[in-house]
Amino acid sequence: MTRLYLPCDAAAVALGADQVMRVLEREAAARGLTLDVIRTGTRGAVWLEPLLEVETPEGRIGYGPVTTADVVGLLDTGMLTGGDHPKRIGRPEDHPWFARQTRLTFARCGIVDPASVEDYRAHGGYAGLDRALAAEGPVIIDEVKLSGLRGRGGAGFPTGIKWNTVALAQADRKYIVCNADEGDSGTFADRMLMEGDPLSLIEGMTIAAVAVGATKGFIYTRSEYPHAIRALNRAIAAAQRAGYLGADIQGSGHAFDIEVRMGAGAYICGEETSLLDSLEGKRGMVRAKPPLPAIQGLFGKPTVVNNVLSLASVPWIMANGAAAYAALGMGRSLGTLPVQLAGNVARGGLIELPFGVSLREIVEDWGQGTRTGRPFRAVQVGGPLGAYFPDAMLDTPLDYEAFAKAGGLLGHGGVTVFDDSVDLAAQARFAFEFCAHESCGKCTPCRIGAVRGVEVMDRITAGVDLDRNFAVLDDLCELMTDASLCAMGGLTPVPVRSALTHFPEDFDRARHLPAAAE
Amino acid sequence: MTISRPSPLSELLQGVAPWDEETARQILATHGGLEGPLLPILHALQEAFGHVPRAAVPLIAEHLNLSRAEVLGVVSFYQDFREAPPGRHVLKLCRAEACQSMGAVALAADVLGRLELDWGGTTADGALTVEAAFCLGLCACAPAALLDGEPLARLTPPLLAQVTDALAAEAVA
Repeated sequence: MTRLYLPCDAAAVALGADQVMRVLEREAAARGLTLDVIRTGTRGAVWLEPLLEVETPEGRIGYGPVTTADVVGLLDTGMLTGGDHPKRIGRPEDHPWFARQTRLTFARCGIVDPASVEDYRAHGGYAGLDRALAAEGPVIIDEVKLSGLRGRGGAGFPTGIKWNTVALAQADRKYIVCNADEGDSGTFADRMLMEGDPLSLIEGMTIAAVAVGATKGFIYTRSEYPHAIRALNRAIAAAQRAGYLGADIQGSGHAFDIEVRMGAGAYICGEETSLLDSLEGKRGMVRAKPPLPAIQGLFGKPTVVNNVLSLASVPWIMANGAAAYAALGMGRSLGTLPVQLAGNVARGGLIELPFGVSLREIVEDWGQGTRTGRPFRAVQVGGPLGAYFPDAMLDTPLDYEAFAKAGGLLGHGGVTVFDDSVDLAAQARFAFEFCAHESCGKCTPCRIGAVRGVEVMDRITAGVDLDRNFAVLDDLCELMTDASLCAMGGLTPVPVRSALTHFPEDFDRARHLPAAAE
Repeated sequence: MTISRPSPLSELLQGVAPWDEETARQILATHGGLEGPLLPILHALQEAFGHVPRAAVPLIAEHLNLSRAEVLGVVSFYQDFREAPPGRHVLKLCRAEACQSMGAVALAADVLGRLELDWGGTTADGALTVEAAFCLGLCACAPAALLDGEPLARLTPPLLAQVTDALAAEAVA
């Protein structure tokens, strides 16, 4: 029996993986072949999806992107034994797009059966938890601190310090909350990991629970991610059956269980305090800090709130040691960053690399230009609250501090590429429009400022009273930056100001329009 | 590329039952043991009835010892919760930046114009509701949408027209 691997990741499905599966089954039946098709997550090369792989003595051989029309030809030319075909890419791990990556957090994603604890263990899974269970809480926390791991959700706060605060807090109940409310456009790493290797997240949360003494975990994710929710629930059930979640984890005496909760279409719930309010069954309103969630979090109890990737990095750190992780990266950004290359790009997908690689390498070497074939004009890094950068800034290294210095933010590692058809004044207007749409409404600078921002942008693009309106825009950006309660209002000026700074010609069009056009 | 029809599972999820207090009470009862049960309850009600019926609000309030205003405040805060049932199919079309970089603005204008809808509107034949989404995590194969929970990628105006035409034809048949 031949074993095949075909992703069931939402992006692969969107690109036709399920139709390929159906044709494959039909053709196999017609030829009297018995195939064992494992549905994996994606390895992250979205441009190669659906990527069909076949197990051969030389390893797994990939073919992609496979369409339904390719299936008959693939079977005819001996794909089942790794035969030649125009879509053959060889062993995926030898392909330059993958070979130049450093896969730690995503080492198993796209390779293992996401719902199988056995497969997970066979690929090194649960080695980190085994070590954590043999150690004391402070030892685990020290390891995470020494690794230099910083919150991958965007803020970059040291994970070990957060855990230490929760560990030291005295309470009858503590929580581990995974922030999987990945709402930033251009990012999909959390979704990909939850669909392709959900057990690494579950293991990371379990290690966190052992370290701080928590007994209950929640994964708060998005209603826009139905595939991830199904994959998580299957993996949680598998972990429970295998004794990796429940009242007595692997006979250690530690109790910990996880529940998946679905958001309801509110971007602001990616902000940790509004996420906690939402979990409690309230409107997702931002809380003033202090108190920190680590001291008074979910239901007023000490709570670790970490992003999916922060938690999913911990098993590797525990299994391989803090020093091995900290040996990668630059400055104070240590370890790896799963970069998500998105938008108008020929070869988009997830690229895990040590911090320090330049934006240009990502966009040009991995991305290979725009998908439309038109000239590159801008990238937005870090989601809707991130800066727009022109070509001249592509040499900025992927590093939290370098991006801050350049007036941007690394955020969750999303890189969205735009070709020369983009209008940066329209993008600036959209930043305000999005903020107005998604503001929780608690603080005035964000609630009112975003609406005023749309209005002032409309006046600017219409050419009304330009000098005065640019002054209003500047004032508004300063106010929102300084006086908003959270990053939603506080960072909305980042895309606006970067667009204005680096692409002023888009804002000044009205000044140069012929009078007849007015 | 061919567009798949929604799976039977997602069609079931879209099945809209008429208001029934007994069903609503059962939903409340099955969520009794949860910590912070309000969002799971609202999702379950919407799954059963296609929206969160106003008649359910006093039941929830009583069950969770909240005021009706508090419950309504939560329902109205979240984009997902509808006050009326949607069409037989729901298209969530992404409007966010990565999709914009691949023509999402023109795509949305085309489909909304053709169906004579605004965001959140339902076609006159009841076949389709078009809702705005801000990111579906399909940013490397933009522009993207979810049709009854099934992902669609690299959409173009003609490709999306093919999808909506098929849904309209199904309504006639």
